[in-house]
Amino acid sequence: MKPVLGEYIAQSAAQHRREDEPARGALLPILHDIQAEYGHVSEEAVREIAVLLNLTRAEIHGVVSFYHDFRKQPEERPVLRLCRAEACKARGVEHLVNAAMTVAAGKVSIETVYCLGLCSIGPSAMVGDSVHARLDAERLAALIGAMA
Amino acid sequence: MSAEQPLIRIADDAAALACGADTLARAFEQAGAHVERVSSWGLHWLEPLVERDGIGYAKAAPADIPAILDGSAPSIGRIEEHPFLARQQRLTFARAGKTRPLSLDDYAAAGGWEGLTKARAMRPEAVIDQMKLSGLRGRGGAGFPAGIKWDTVRLAKADRKYIVCNADEGDSGTFADRMVMEGDPYMLIEGMAIAGHAVGASKGYVYIRSEYPHAIAKMRAAAERCAAIIAPFEIEIRAGAGAYVCGEETSLLNSLEGRRGEVRAKPPLPALKGLFGKPTVINNVLTLAAVPWIIAHGGEAYAAYGMGRSHGTMPIQLAGNVKHGGLFEVAFGITLGELVNEIGGGTASGRPVRAVQVGGPLGAYIPVEQFDMAFDYESFAHADALIGHAGITVFDDRVDMAQMARFALEFCAEESCGKCTPCRLGSTRGVEVMDEILAGRDVETNMLLIEDLSDTMKYGSLCALGGFTPYPVMSAIRHFRGDFDSRSVSGEKAMEVAE
Repeated sequence: MKPVLGEYIAQSAAQHRREDEPARGALLPILHDIQAEYGHVSEEAVREIAVLLNLTRAEIHGVVSFYHDFRKQPEERPVLRLCRAEACKARGVEHLVNAAMTVAAGKVSIETVYCLGLCSIGPSAMVGDSVHARLDAERLAALIGAMA
Repeated sequence: MSAEQPLIRIADDAAALACGADTLARAFEQAGAHVERVSSWGLHWLEPLVERDGIGYAKAAPADIPAILDGSAPSIGRIEEHPFLARQQRLTFARAGKTRPLSLDDYAAAGGWEGLTKARAMRPEAVIDQMKLSGLRGRGGAGFPAGIKWDTVRLAKADRKYIVCNADEGDSGTFADRMVMEGDPYMLIEGMAIAGHAVGASKGYVYIRSEYPHAIAKMRAAAERCAAIIAPFEIEIRAGAGAYVCGEETSLLNSLEGRRGEVRAKPPLPALKGLFGKPTVINNVLTLAAVPWIIAHGGEAYAAYGMGRSHGTMPIQLAGNVKHGGLFEVAFGITLGELVNEIGGGTASGRPVRAVQVGGPLGAYIPVEQFDMAFDYESFAHADALIGHAGITVFDDRVDMAQMARFALEFCAEESCGKCTPCRLGSTRGVEVMDEILAGRDVETNMLLIEDLSDTMKYGSLCALGGFTPYPVMSAIRHFRGDFDSRSVSGEKAMEVAE
């Protein structure tokens, strides 16, 4: 069971706030905690943080919406992040995209990421924290198949 | 570990993991071997690379284990004598492949903390003098002399100062920062602690992009383990949140402050008003990682490497469609052709090289005809190109340069922070115009529009994202004009299209 949101946020804030620095410095670490624990940053979470850090909800919303990592809605499907930056393009990732979408068939969310730092051994993808390199159509299909 | 138990060394950085190093390591343990997880040598095309008694076994799979253990497997010989390594001048990556990343014993035994010990016995001004003597320039891309930046912070009066390490390595084609953090994290921390002593800062932040979870984990563990050694200096590791623009120093500072990662107008410089408005040294990972060597060996020893006004060594990253991809640290002055053809071995696909992009998504495309160009700041600037973070992404003859120009603009539109108009609107408008060109409509006029737009972005943008996006776009047009013009006939590029 997920912890009670308000308590969780208060705990996270206590861990990340620094006595000698402005309170809002803790905002990104708090948002990361919430995203990791609940899978998204809800309106309710935004309200709680605003009170804790003495910021307006609009300010928190501005930050949440700026960064790709924070979601307003949870993603229910498993996520595969496929690198489509230059180095992976040079190694042929664009040829893999359509087939990957077909295999995913809506059961796995294929998202684009720009660079995983595996530029000499692409095409590369990341599932959670696990990284996969030297992907070809078969290996990518197997990876997606194992997630669905 | 028993005397007869064979010792096997396998890297544990993200590149090795992505090639199956964990499965391989477990299989070795099950086969009775003692496995040490070390940093990566940077020979990425050979991963997972297994080392036993100094001998390397490339692209090893669990099925190869019996043959590796009984000595009958084909080897690449002594890893240290591999031609790819033998030609390098490794200062920053001197320990790569040799030490266990989180082992304090390994680090100390391989020269670790020498720089910090020496620095702490010196006056701050003397440390900065050595930095100035070294000629070290910011390795993040801008190339600003590190010693001068540090001196500005040292002379600034404030109750609190900061050292911020920019580890938001978002440029495609670069991975040297990741390798430092995952392979030799104490070196980076030592560099920051030296900077802290030199400028009078007691707190440091490392801002690492969230796409690097392994680097974040290693740095957190390392910071915890060496806290007593670097005290009273303190280090905190922070994760980015998926915004490329936070690699720009002022938006990185905003992000650390809990704000949108929007670029700040300069002045004031971060050296005077940086994190939370306090004087701040903000340097790239490679800049700070070079510091321990410089202080341990002296600024002059470092400056002896390189050419002209580009002193020292550069960890160059060979990426993309290259046969021998990996990390190649060498003094400035080597030519691009040597790097791509001799060291990189040409393309991985075996087809002819057509272009390389140097310096990430904001770097210029360079054609084979310019491969005699020396790798140093001035030669690149002269050719209207950038070294950037020294990533070289190789493309073979199937690349469609008009598509790559479009992608540069698309990437800029996706990642623009929105603060300044040339970048926010120019990138989106650029994609629209490129789509017209790709469809073969009104190519002549639209090419003029792209050139004009590039000019506006280059001179009107607040930071390098909007300001440098014209480099890939305009270099693609300048050197590969045919890829753009051929659309007018067929709507498609005549050759095989990359997409």
